[in-house]
Parts: sequence; C-alpha cells; structure tokens
Amino acid sequence: MITTRGFTGRPRAREDRERVPPGQYLIEDFPVLSAGPTPRTSLDRWTLALQDGGSLLGKWTWEEFQALPQTEVTVDIHCVTKWSKLGTVWEGVTIDDLLEAAGLDEPPAPYLMAHCDGGYTTNVPVEDLLGGKGLVATRFDGEPLAPEHGAPARLLVPHLYFWKSAKWVRRLRFMEQDEPGFWESLGYHIYGDPWREQRYDGD
Amino acid sequence: MTATEASLPSARAGARRLPWWQAEVVERVAETPRTATLVLHVPDWPGHRAGQHVDVRLTADDGYQAQRSYSIASPPEALPLALTVERLEDGEVSPWLAGEARPGDRFELRGPIGGYFAWSVADGGPLLLVGGGSGVVPLMAMLRHRAASGEAGRAVPARVLLSSRSVADIIYREELERLGSVLGGPGIVHTITRERPPPGWHGYARRIDAPMLADAGFSPAAAPRVFVCGPTPMVEAAAEVLVRLGHAPGRVKTERFGPTGGG
Repeated sequence: MITTRGFTGRPRAREDRERVPPGQYLIEDFPVLSAGPTPRTSLDRWTLALQDGGSLLGKWTWEEFQALPQTEVTVDIHCVTKWSKLGTVWEGVTIDDLLEAAGLDEPPAPYLMAHCDGGYTTNVPVEDLLGGKGLVATRFDGEPLAPEHGAPARLLVPHLYFWKSAKWVRRLRFMEQDEPGFWESLGYHIYGDPWREQRYDGD
Repeated sequence: MTATEASLPSARAGARRLPWWQAEVVERVAETPRTATLVLHVPDWPGHRAGQHVDVRLTADDGYQAQRSYSIASPPEALPLALTVERLEDGEVSPWLAGEARPGDRFELRGPIGGYFAWSVADGGPLLLVGGGSGVVPLMAMLRHRAASGEAGRAVPARVLLSSRSVADIIYREELERLGSVLGGPGIVHTITRERPPPGWHGYARRIDAPMLADAGFSPAAAPRVFVCGPTPMVEAAAEVLVRLGHAPGRVKTERFGPTGGG
C-alpha cells in the first residue's frame, strides 16, 4: 500500500464503517447509471413474465401485478461505481410471492436471468432472491419509480451491487446453469457481493 | 469458492483479477477553472480502448482509502496515460486530483474498466459524440484515437456536440478547434447554457434539444454510433431526443455521472 501525500479524506463515523462496504462512500441523492436511453413502456402494455428456460410459468399485467401481495422493505444499496445509500424504502412483490402466485412450491432452477426493456440483462442465483431477499419493486420512497430509476418495475437485490437490481424488468427466466448478463459479460463480477468487493471479473 | 464461481462458463474461468497499478503524477495541467488533466506514469499499464475509465484509490496516512471512477482522456496509442478530472466542491477525491496533485505524487489506479461505452476506428461510424461538461473526457479519447488513426480515422465521419456552462468552461477548447480545422476532422458544435454568448460566438446558447441534435448530428438513416456522456439530466434529455428523432436505442450508448455529492 502506498500513501498519497496531502490526502486526508473525509471524517469517518464508526456506524458508517459497519454499514458501508469496503471502497464505498455515502451519498444522499440518487445517481442514475444506465447504458442507453431510458425505455418508456406504458402501463397498459406492460407485463411481467416468469419463465423456466423457454416455457412460461406465469404472466401478470400491471393490474394483476398490483393485486399481488405488496411488501415494503428498508435497505441499504451499494453501486459498483462506489456510492452507497442507506435506509432506502422500496415496495413491490417478493420473488417468493411471485413463485407462489405462479403456483410453484419451489424454484424450478438454481439461477435466474432478468430481462429488461432496452435489452439489459443480469444474472442472479435464485437463492439470493428467496426468503424475502429479492423484490420486483414498483415504488421508491412512497412514490412510483421514476422512469430513469426503472419505471414501472425493477428488480431489487440490495445485498448485491446495484447493477443486479435491473431497471425496467419484464421477464425473469430461470436457468439450470449460471450465465453472465450484460455487465457480467463486460468485465464485471459474475456475483457482485459488495462486502467482498466483487466489482470486476476475478475479484 | 462458491457454487456460483464453480459453475462459471469456461471462457470466464481464466479471468484474472484486475490489479491495482501504481501511478506517479508527471504533470498537472489546468484545463478550465474547474478541471485539470493529470498526466500519469503507470509503468505496467496494459492499454485501453477509447471511452474506458479507471478506478482511482487514494490512501491517507492513517490507512483510510477512498475510491472514485474517472474517464481516460488519452487515446490508446499514446502514453502517458491522462485523466481529466472536474473538481467537485464537496468532493473527497476530485479536489486532490484536480487541485493538489503535483509531479512525483503517487496513488493507485485500476483498469481499464468498461467495455460498452468504448469505440475504436475498427468499429466504424459515422460517429456522433454528445457531451456535457466533463462528459467530454471519454469522447475526447475517441477523437484523439480517431485523429491518431490516420487515413482509417479520417474515413469515419464524426460530429461532436458539446454543452458547457460558459465559454471558459469548455474543456479542450483549443485542441478541439485544431482537430476540427484539419481536412477530414470532426465537425464540432458548441452550446453554452449559463452565460450570454460573447460577441462573435458561433455556437448555440441553450440546453441541448431536438433541433440542435438534428442539425449537429447525423440523420438516423446514416445509423451513426452515438455516445452521450454528461450529467444525468443532460444525458436523459439528449438520449430521449435522439430516440425520438429516430435513432435506434441500441445505437445510443450513454454514460451518466453526478451530481453525487461525492467525487
């Protein structure tokens, strides 16, 4: 390790160190990071599909999705571009409730690919989505999601780097084998645990 | 090793960790009142593509570290590596990089990172670059790469639309003028958003909008490769307009930054 002359950094609070993963810093606002233009899908054309490979397990219109059990969570989120935001409040449908709504007792395969409007994809192990750990979120801070933050619905997997919380999600596809999604194919880590600082391939 | 890692496709199995490289400051050059270019000696630098960025890590005497990401300004064919950094008033890392660093200072960097917002002459064109403020930095790496590629570079039509607060805030202004004035150089259009245009100003004086993009850009029929980089509201607006004008969303690559209260 080399030290940098003249650099002192910000004062650090102990409670921050316990909640902020290595290499991250706290912010109050909510930056936007997307690889392309913000897609805009009207609610009357929006559906969310659950798939096992190529076969359809369930599909919900916006109205049907709103009728599913809604869960509110308060979580810390961590972006691979180094910012973390504490105590964010989201509302949506847990993956557990989605599986139940599709009549499934257990997930059909161990991995999942989220497919989004605009072509974005990201892969997540299914065990990281169960037990209330994963949500399809439609509200942030008591309000419907803003378009640039993923409206009308985004995946929320707050214990992984935030690129896994795919915006504009439309299709959740179970897979037997893990496959890299969009950023995972471009040098980012296949799993992305912020507490192990798994930012890039090989971390 | 977790189950996840154990089942990686074979192409990824050989992935090696991106190392932290040691960087030594060769020179700090003021670009505008709020930005500076750091010229860096990075002995083991593996090379990069135009548009990629690096993670910078500064370490205080007590071991405290702070990391941030910065775009690479230098083209792949030229060493030393250069970063252009905008100083954020309440920033933690950028004030040191843009205001404090001096020759001989050392820190760590990791990269290159990001293979999506990147362009090579071999990718072809036409090339449309839309930048706001210090969002010009990765676009400048592309323009420098194009200029360094001789005939092949000149064969790719290129146009640039840059939005800055004021004339004094235009980063790389003279170099852009030089690049734009040579035969086969890129067409460069400026707009300023927070100052009345000075006498003799040939650019626009308003935020980027549809008529401006239609005028300064390429027709959607030419299917340009479009790169948009800048503050979130500017990128959101420009990308939305480009799609509305008829550009395929998949041809419009974006990189948004700030304001994060961090940098």
